[in-house]
Amino acid sequence: MTGYSKLLMSVAVCLAGAGAEAKTLVYCSEGSPEGFDPAPYTAGTTFDASSRPVYNRLVEFEKGSTTVIPGLAESWEVSEDGLQYTFHLRPGVKFHTTDWFTPTRELTADDVIFSFERQGDAENPWNQYTAGISYEYFNSMDMGSLIESIEKVDDLTVRFSLTRPEAPFLANLAMDFASIMSKEYADQLEADGRMSDLNQQPVGTGPFQLVAYQQDAVIRYRSNPDYWNGQQPIDDLVFAITTDPAVRLQKLQAGECHIMPYPAPADIEAIRSDENLTLMEQPGLNVAYLAYNTQVPPFDNPQVRRALNMAMNKQAIIDAVFQGTGEAAKNPIPPTMWGYNEEIQDDTYDPEAARQMLEEAGVSDLSMKVWAMPVQRPYMPNARRTAELIQEDFAEVGVDVEIVSYEWGEYLDRSSATDRDGAVILGWTGDNGDPDNFLGVLLSCAGVGEANRAQWCNEEFTDLINQAKATSDQEERAELYRQAQVIFKEEAPWATIAHSTVFMPMSSKVQGYVMSPLGSHQFDGVDISE
Amino acid sequence: MIRFILGKLLYLVPTFLGVTIVAFGFVRVLPGDPVLLMAGERGISPERYEQLMQQLGYDQPIWWQYLEFLGRLFRGDLGDSLVTKSPVLGEFLTLFPATVELALCAILLATLIGIPAGVLAAVKRGSWFDQISMGTALIGYSMPIFWWGLLLIILFSGVLAWTPVSGRISLLFYFPEVTGFMLIDSLLSGQDGAFGSALAHLILPTIVLATIPLAVIARQTRSAMLEVLGEDYVRTARAKGLPWRRVVGVHALRNAMIPVVTTIGLQIGVLMAGAILTETIFSWPGIGKWMVDSIFRRDYPAVQGGLLMIAAIVMAVNLIVDLLYGLINPRIRHV
Repeated sequence: MTGYSKLLMSVAVCLAGAGAEAKTLVYCSEGSPEGFDPAPYTAGTTFDASSRPVYNRLVEFEKGSTTVIPGLAESWEVSEDGLQYTFHLRPGVKFHTTDWFTPTRELTADDVIFSFERQGDAENPWNQYTAGISYEYFNSMDMGSLIESIEKVDDLTVRFSLTRPEAPFLANLAMDFASIMSKEYADQLEADGRMSDLNQQPVGTGPFQLVAYQQDAVIRYRSNPDYWNGQQPIDDLVFAITTDPAVRLQKLQAGECHIMPYPAPADIEAIRSDENLTLMEQPGLNVAYLAYNTQVPPFDNPQVRRALNMAMNKQAIIDAVFQGTGEAAKNPIPPTMWGYNEEIQDDTYDPEAARQMLEEAGVSDLSMKVWAMPVQRPYMPNARRTAELIQEDFAEVGVDVEIVSYEWGEYLDRSSATDRDGAVILGWTGDNGDPDNFLGVLLSCAGVGEANRAQWCNEEFTDLINQAKATSDQEERAELYRQAQVIFKEEAPWATIAHSTVFMPMSSKVQGYVMSPLGSHQFDGVDISE
Repeated sequence: MIRFILGKLLYLVPTFLGVTIVAFGFVRVLPGDPVLLMAGERGISPERYEQLMQQLGYDQPIWWQYLEFLGRLFRGDLGDSLVTKSPVLGEFLTLFPATVELALCAILLATLIGIPAGVLAAVKRGSWFDQISMGTALIGYSMPIFWWGLLLIILFSGVLAWTPVSGRISLLFYFPEVTGFMLIDSLLSGQDGAFGSALAHLILPTIVLATIPLAVIARQTRSAMLEVLGEDYVRTARAKGLPWRRVVGVHALRNAMIPVVTTIGLQIGVLMAGAILTETIFSWPGIGKWMVDSIFRRDYPAVQGGLLMIAAIVMAVNLIVDLLYGLINPRIRHV
């Protein structure tokens, strides 16, 4: 242990005084949360500080996977027609007792109904509890048009009626925006005229409760003594907000924090060789791709698209751009997702064959644009560099590439136009661990002109997607998605580039931390050994 | 004297209005539609877009938005952050003491080392001390702050473990914030070791932030001293037989301080504007870091409000410097 952290530890022992020493886990987080109500936000940084420690949802994602398991609902039934979901709430779930609120009752159906109605119903007094608030995920996951009604069957039973059968609905309920709030607390805030406090002083049912937030500096949580899923091994949880990745690593190595996210790729080797640190890694729930505009010739010809795919040297991109922190993608969904088709063969890198295929397709002297994003994204560290490598690769097969870029907001807007000129580099990070969240949103006919940047409308593919949405049988759905991936590979509306690897360095003393495929960081069940 | 002060104050009005126009227009001219950015890859439906634009008031003509903005400004309302939904002014005032504390420590260090170094370099002009100190000043002025800060962390916090890595105080200490100045609050808390921890956390950021002002002040002091030492009255004083130390320390220094005080004042203004790089490296929760985060998030009200507050503070500091200058240098008072 370094000199300074020895000092820290001895001070800690002195402060703890007589009796048991408080076990504190320190997480060096990468940014400040936007607020403590998860519903208006979409950033992982915010969810790590709000929905993950403080709240629970009706259903949750099993640790380390995207499988949905019971949460606040201990069981549920789906009607034959897929339109009714009846949830049976766990009895005896307590809300947090904090400096600003003491609950007088346990979790009931009222709390569930409130949590959703406040987002969906414009008339609800909580809908605009601060000016300009908008419920990004509730809207983009289309919950407004999907949910017909939510009724209270009894204190511990809630029924959701949908307007159409949609299997991913269950996965949506495990997402952060679907966190369950305390209606009693909301009523109290409303009566006191302090509604905006919901975003600063949260009350939930989760494993930790907020103690204090010192803006941009530190977030302190205390373990929830009444947590329904058991006492936490640690007593206190502290987020030390450290925005620079190099400084985060210094803190980790100095013992000032126990665990950190998003190390700089250049530091990975140093972390691996440090005996006091453990490095966890797994492919992220994301994909980076180059989407051709399949409505504009010659890219309306799948042979041309497949030829260009074969001209791309993916490994070079992984090495240069991802610096090894990624793996080549062969499917539009990542390998950590259920329904991933292992059997599919990726396009081989073969410029000769590519050149020939282009000739056979009657394409010569092709000029095209490749769009590169100006910003760094979790799935793509450097789009410009990627575009340059693609430019070189395509030049090998006689295709002339011009690289274009726009400011990020503009880029997103213009790239979704159906008459877009050129192929666009973009990506996607999964929201709910459901394949529909990738395949349906990004590649079905409904997405053309919006998130479907390839403007690709293939009836066979879309049929499979729609069928998979309508049934709740996961095995059946997985089979349908596997078939869909085969069609995707044949038609090649995209060149799938890579899935980035997510790393999580931590002190070797940290026990029980499991990486979430969805990229969230949660600390329930985590312990520190001595 | 009164007329001098009033004259200075009157200048502030058009300056401040100019700043409001710049703050307002500049932020609007930046590329990036905040609504589209909020939506991300997911995209947004045209109706939703219209709705949000209306809610945020961005659909009104630009001059209307400006007047509305000015109106709220005179009521002390800087608007609400698009991100946290809480008042911008409140956020600024919460974070400002951290920046002030760091800035004051930095300017103190820069002054305590810079002025003696500059004086000595001027007095021993051409000597090895002069060469080395001015050379060091040049290096300090040219060094990339981010790199310098990281270097210090790796050396002193990583390898030697003499100092903590980042933050204002060890996470083990938790006490209510009274003034926002960690040095004061830690003393008030009465907790053992809190003050020491706050002090230890200030060391590296202060050194990093003081580097450029130190270099500037040292060089400025040296040239001012050199100029003064060449004056006739200095030669007269020496001829009268006054000890060299008295000549330099009392007569020369006082006159040389005139431009140096101005420089120090201006440096304070610059530091108050938020030591962005230093705050980012050391996770110092001040307004510099907050401004950068707000820019990245296209949080228009926060950027605008922050710009205005910083401009107001810099103007206030410059006003004080101007007045002080008038105090020290009687010659300009009656212009």
